[in-house]
Amino acid sequence: MNTPLTAWIDGIGFLAPGLQDWAAAAAVLRGESGFTAAASVLPAPAILPPAERRRASRVVKLTLAVGLEAAAHAGAEVAQLATVFSASGADGHNCHALCEQLAGDDRQISPTRFHNSVHNAAAGYWGIATGAMAPCQVLCAFDASFGAGLLDALAQVVVDQQPTLLIAYDSEYPEPLFAKRPVPDVAGVGLVLSPRRSERSLAAITVTPDTAAAATLTDPAQEDLRTTIPAMRALPMLKMLANGEWGSVVVDYLPPMQLRIDLIPA
Amino acid sequence: MTPLSLSAYTATTCLGRGLEATRAALRTRRSGLAPCAFETVLLDTWIGEVAAVDAEILPKSLAAYDCRNNRLTQMGLETDGFADRVREAISRYGKTRVGVFLGTSTAGILQTELAYRRRDAATGALPEDFIYRTTHNSFSLAEITRDYFGLEGMAMAISTACSSSAKVFAAAARQLELGSIDAAIVGGVDTLCLTTLYGFASLQLTSSQPCRPYDAARNGISIGEGAAFALLERSDAASAGSVLLLGTGESSDAYHMSSPHPEGLGARLAMEAALRSAGLTATDIDYINLHGTSTPANDAAEGKAVAALFGDNVPCSSTKGATGHTLGAAGAVEAVICALALSDGFLPGSPGTQTLDPAIPIDYQLQGRASRMRHALTNSFGFGGSNCSLILGVAE
Repeated sequence: MNTPLTAWIDGIGFLAPGLQDWAAAAAVLRGESGFTAAASVLPAPAILPPAERRRASRVVKLTLAVGLEAAAHAGAEVAQLATVFSASGADGHNCHALCEQLAGDDRQISPTRFHNSVHNAAAGYWGIATGAMAPCQVLCAFDASFGAGLLDALAQVVVDQQPTLLIAYDSEYPEPLFAKRPVPDVAGVGLVLSPRRSERSLAAITVTPDTAAAATLTDPAQEDLRTTIPAMRALPMLKMLANGEWGSVVVDYLPPMQLRIDLIPA
Repeated sequence: MTPLSLSAYTATTCLGRGLEATRAALRTRRSGLAPCAFETVLLDTWIGEVAAVDAEILPKSLAAYDCRNNRLTQMGLETDGFADRVREAISRYGKTRVGVFLGTSTAGILQTELAYRRRDAATGALPEDFIYRTTHNSFSLAEITRDYFGLEGMAMAISTACSSSAKVFAAAARQLELGSIDAAIVGGVDTLCLTTLYGFASLQLTSSQPCRPYDAARNGISIGEGAAFALLERSDAASAGSVLLLGTGESSDAYHMSSPHPEGLGARLAMEAALRSAGLTATDIDYINLHGTSTPANDAAEGKAVAALFGDNVPCSSTKGATGHTLGAAGAVEAVICALALSDGFLPGSPGTQTLDPAIPIDYQLQGRASRMRHALTNSFGFGGSNCSLILGVAE
């Protein structure tokens, strides 16, 4: 009685160290341009009013960048999309500041710091910025967070017949937490997943449990990105999409469970 | 949605460990709240602390998970025979076919708060024994649960602040509907920590008295902790009288990070979606377990949404005056309270609440009473404008 976890990919957003958007990432994944490691560049979110724009944290800028890019690519109305945010951690800098203050004598923390500490902070700002009142999911599965997000986003598409924007993203902790959780920088991927094929559709995606090892990337710098930032476990799939290669690829989920992704051209 | 069976369930809060203690407290309108004496916290507030959490010992194989939140997770799993029922489900369906969907707001952040007091004086490094993944990380409660049962399938933590462990029911229901799993462990665990105690105090949202949901003089929450779990399965074989999950509804306020939409618009959308999902109308609901945190803004906004949809025709209560606000565990705790209400035929009252707010025109129940109910709705709303409503019922 298994119903396949399947959808149409209508749009892609991307941001990672040295790769400022999906166009840049696709060119590198096609081998058309070289990949030079550099710190992630976060665009100022034009969707926010100027005061909010200045105050926006790195995870808020990151999720707005990849989410809005994916929605624009899909020609989708952001306010209508259900969303699934999946991240291995919340705002690391904010978390560090709170823990540092709570370890000291003055524990009167800032209320803004507190409400920004929730795992769903970026999702909350997304709603405020876009006006989306649709369901908004916020997940964590440590290194398996991309796979968890994909599983729930596809389930929403199939069961609720609702176009859904998956935003898988991660950010870094400063020291001393960095030593315990060494995510090197911010990175994220956005996918607009739709129950119906449209002229915007790029490919059909179907996800099935598997136990095979995940595909790796031959370029050591790209492989490093895949293994050090959980959201980048999506890279083998994105490489196929960038190259217009169709077929199956396995990505990491939660050992021993892996996800086989089948891609068919639209 | 296709109804699902809650084939086992359990809750542990400041009311006590397990269903019997919870039931007895609700029947006698007892509150588990007490003045805050948690850790080194100096705040004039009341809390709902679970007794003996730190006496819980994790087995050697799970030692890396040791922290207050995971001690309470194990305590919860080993209550009311819940773990045995899960093991039976695993033997029926297999290790890859039982999913784990657990909600939390802060997981084991207390472990990190404590580690920050033990940083190396010279380097600032955290102590060797601090393990981020299995304590601090939001996934840790789901991962320990997966490992506890030796599961090999789907697992995820949902962290949408105070709606977290209501939303796990919706996420698990989707996967059960698709047939990607045959059973799901759903629930929520949140434990007391400095971040939430000082954080809610910084927002001036904690009360210096036991919280009084929907009271005219309500002035803030009492933070609690808790662990609640349910085993969800398809309901084909559910026997008469067993509790079913009938509908789920999710929405976003798109309004403010820490204040609800003043008209309760997002709350109303979630309740409407849950009714649609269950194929029911407002007149079918016999009891509403309100989010009812006891802040002036939350209860006013939720009250408007409930009044708009249900008028004053449906008995409502918030049980947070009994349990405190268990944050990321609240959705699951209150789903279990609804399951008890439905199966016992006892509609819970509202410890702490004395004088109802006359500005909120709903049928709020101060005292518990016997009542036959077919359908109960429970609300959970969180920071970031995250809303979730669940509808539970009884199998005919």
